[in-house]
Amino acid sequence: MLAKRIIPCLDVKGGRVVKGVAFVDLKDAGDPVEIAKIYEAQGADELCFLDITASSDEREILLDIVRHTADEVSMPVTVGGGVRTVEDVQTLLSAGADKVSINTAAVNRPEFVREASRQFGSSTIVVAIDAKRSPDKPKHWEVYTHGGRNATGLDAIEWAAKMEDFGAGEILLTSMDQDGKTTGYDLELTRAVCERVHIPVIASGGVGTLEHLYEGLTIGKADAALAASIFHYQTYSIHEAKDYLAKRGVPVRL
Amino acid sequence: MNLVIVDYGSGNLRSVQRSFERAGFSSTITHDPTVVSEATHLVVPGVGAFSDCMGNLEKLGLLAPIREHIQEDKPYLGICLGLQILFTEGTEFGSKPGLGIFPGQVVRFPKNELKVPHMGWNQIQIKKELPILKDIPNEAYFYFVHSYYGAPKDPVVIATTTDYGLQFPSSVSEGRLFACQFHPEKSQDLGRQLLENFARL
Repeated sequence: MLAKRIIPCLDVKGGRVVKGVAFVDLKDAGDPVEIAKIYEAQGADELCFLDITASSDEREILLDIVRHTADEVSMPVTVGGGVRTVEDVQTLLSAGADKVSINTAAVNRPEFVREASRQFGSSTIVVAIDAKRSPDKPKHWEVYTHGGRNATGLDAIEWAAKMEDFGAGEILLTSMDQDGKTTGYDLELTRAVCERVHIPVIASGGVGTLEHLYEGLTIGKADAALAASIFHYQTYSIHEAKDYLAKRGVPVRL
Repeated sequence: MNLVIVDYGSGNLRSVQRSFERAGFSSTITHDPTVVSEATHLVVPGVGAFSDCMGNLEKLGLLAPIREHIQEDKPYLGICLGLQILFTEGTEFGSKPGLGIFPGQVVRFPKNELKVPHMGWNQIQIKKELPILKDIPNEAYFYFVHSYYGAPKDPVVIATTTDYGLQFPSSVSEGRLFACQFHPEKSQDLGRQLLENFARL
């Protein structure tokens, strides 16, 4: 049976992990490669790097991290942040990324997703969607770009469906309302997108407890659960998370 | 031993090479037909579309040395597309002939409630006792990412199956040829074990 995936996410800025905390026995708490190795040892199913600087002069540093990580771990790695052109996708894949996540550039020019998926295969192209609940319309979420600063007027659910049509192989769905809080995924949003598209959906934004992971994968119907801080601050290890999910009947790889 | 990984501009070859390295085996990445023909152990990895893959192998003059390697029953490991090209015909972006080692088509997962691509860790049911599957338990998890799978006419070639709405062949074998739809280079310890077993064939 296909297992639900647990994906730790590392926010990287200038080649360093943001919010780095001291892992036991780790010489350099901010080194993304070292943290990637720890997550692999804990049983992570995939890894996600989000480059939050994404300025062109720091691109080389990120590529170096991707290369080293791909050399050191044996699991799929998704890299996102500032991916604007087919060349950006090519460079990241060549450096050892398995999937590349596209966000703002997809909104600016949806054809970019079609071109990239045709050239590199759908399974390498993830479209990241940052969605925020409309204040006045129920069950309506709007797509935001630039890390949640710019409203686009796009309906998040319809946008997800359109990106599937354009060749996206996966949706990375983040609730901007929940992101940074620890009160759980936006389950209504997650479920609405999961029921609309026929490609895998990764739930993101808001995990504070193991129960939240469970809810995202069951009530939210997500194929994978992404979390940053609970693993990062070692509130829980990935092992603990998977043990918990298995006990509650969620298929996971132990 | 001369372990060669075929490079035809498709996918993440470095991770395959690095996985062999960690298992203790050095390898060469090449698109040179002469180097390919000198391989004792040949690995054909790859992600992407079937037709592009066959087209590139043809352009680079690699189809003949790959076919020869297989016909001489030298160890061959196909990963993902490296499995799919062994069949008679692919159906992605129109019908396209493959190497035809195994009669059968490469077909898309049916449209139903299951997500396509089939992406993530899934289990294998072992149908054949093979040296390449030594120390790999039945129901072990491997990493998959694909929308198409090879459907052999003759079920005797099926080495493992995997359940994704239907039982599809997740690997096939014949003699010292083994080809899997999953990615051992992305499958942590058990993937490494499989690569090591291959290198020891």
